[in-house]
Amino acid sequence: MKSKSHAITFDDLDRQILRFLQENAKSTYSEIGNRLDVAHSTVYDRIQKMEEHGFIKKYEALVDLEKIGVSLITAQVNITADPKEAENIARKLTKFGQVLEVSTSFSEEFVVLAKVVARDQAELHSFIAKSIAPIPGVLKIRTAVVTKKYKEERFSLAVEENAAKKRNSL
Amino acid sequence: MSLAVSYSKALRSVLREEAFYFFTSIGNYTGQSASSLEEFLQKIKDIDVKSLEFHLFREDFEKWTALTLGDNRLADEIRNLRAQKVVGNALRDRLYFIVSRRLKDLKSTSLSPK
Repeated sequence: MKSKSHAITFDDLDRQILRFLQENAKSTYSEIGNRLDVAHSTVYDRIQKMEEHGFIKKYEALVDLEKIGVSLITAQVNITADPKEAENIARKLTKFGQVLEVSTSFSEEFVVLAKVVARDQAELHSFIAKSIAPIPGVLKIRTAVVTKKYKEERFSLAVEENAAKKRNSL
Repeated sequence: MSLAVSYSKALRSVLREEAFYFFTSIGNYTGQSASSLEEFLQKIKDIDVKSLEFHLFREDFEKWTALTLGDNRLADEIRNLRAQKVVGNALRDRLYFIVSRRLKDLKSTSLSPK
C-alpha cells in the first residue's frame, strides 16, 4: 500500500519502522533492519525522510515524575466559550507551560478542553482564576481533578494494524 | 496615599485581569465577574450562594477588597463576617448589607466638599 502526503510517499515499510520506533524510540537502525529484513542503511534513509517531512515529530523520554520527586495533580478543564472567541482562547492556552493539551469541541455549545497540571489544588485554582477566567469569551469553566489514572498511552500503529487484520479475517 | 485618592481607588473599575471572578469550587467558574465594588454588590444579590461561601472561607473577598481595591476597612468587615461562620442566604444578606453600606459611605465621602 502506498499513500501520499504532501507529495511524499509513505509505504508499508515506513509504517513498520514507525511501529518499532513507537515501541522503543532507542531502537538502532540495525535492530529495526534485522527485524524487517532490510538493510540498516534503508532504515536510516527512511527515518531521515520521515523526520524531514514531519512524520516523526520528535523523540521524547516518558519520565516517571513521582520517582524523581515531582508530585503534580492533573485536571481536565472544560471551558464553555463564546463561539467567536473559542479559537483565540485555545491559542492563548497553548502558551502556558502548565497546560499540556488543548482541543476544541462543539456539541450543544463551544467547549475548549485543556489538560492542566499544578503542584496542588491551590495552585490549580489560582491559575484558572487568574489566567483562564479573564480571557475574553470564557463563559463558564468546569474542572475535574484526576484522582486516579488507569491508562495513559499514545495511539500505536500496532493497534490499527491488528484492527485491520481482524477486519480482513471476517 | 491621601484619603481622597484611596476613595477613588476603591470606587474605580479595575482591569479585566484584576476583576473578581466567582467560582463555586476549585476551578469551577460561574461565568460571573465584578470589575468594581458597585458591580460586586450587584453580583452578591444573585450569585449562587455556594460561590459566596467558597470565596468567603478562602478569604478571597478580603484579599480582593484590600489588595485590588485598596479598601482595608471593608476587608476588615468581611473578615469579621467570616469569623462568625455565617452561611447560606444569611451570608448573602449580611455581605450585601456590609458592602452596600461601605459603598454608600465611599460615595458620600468622595462627593463631599473638601
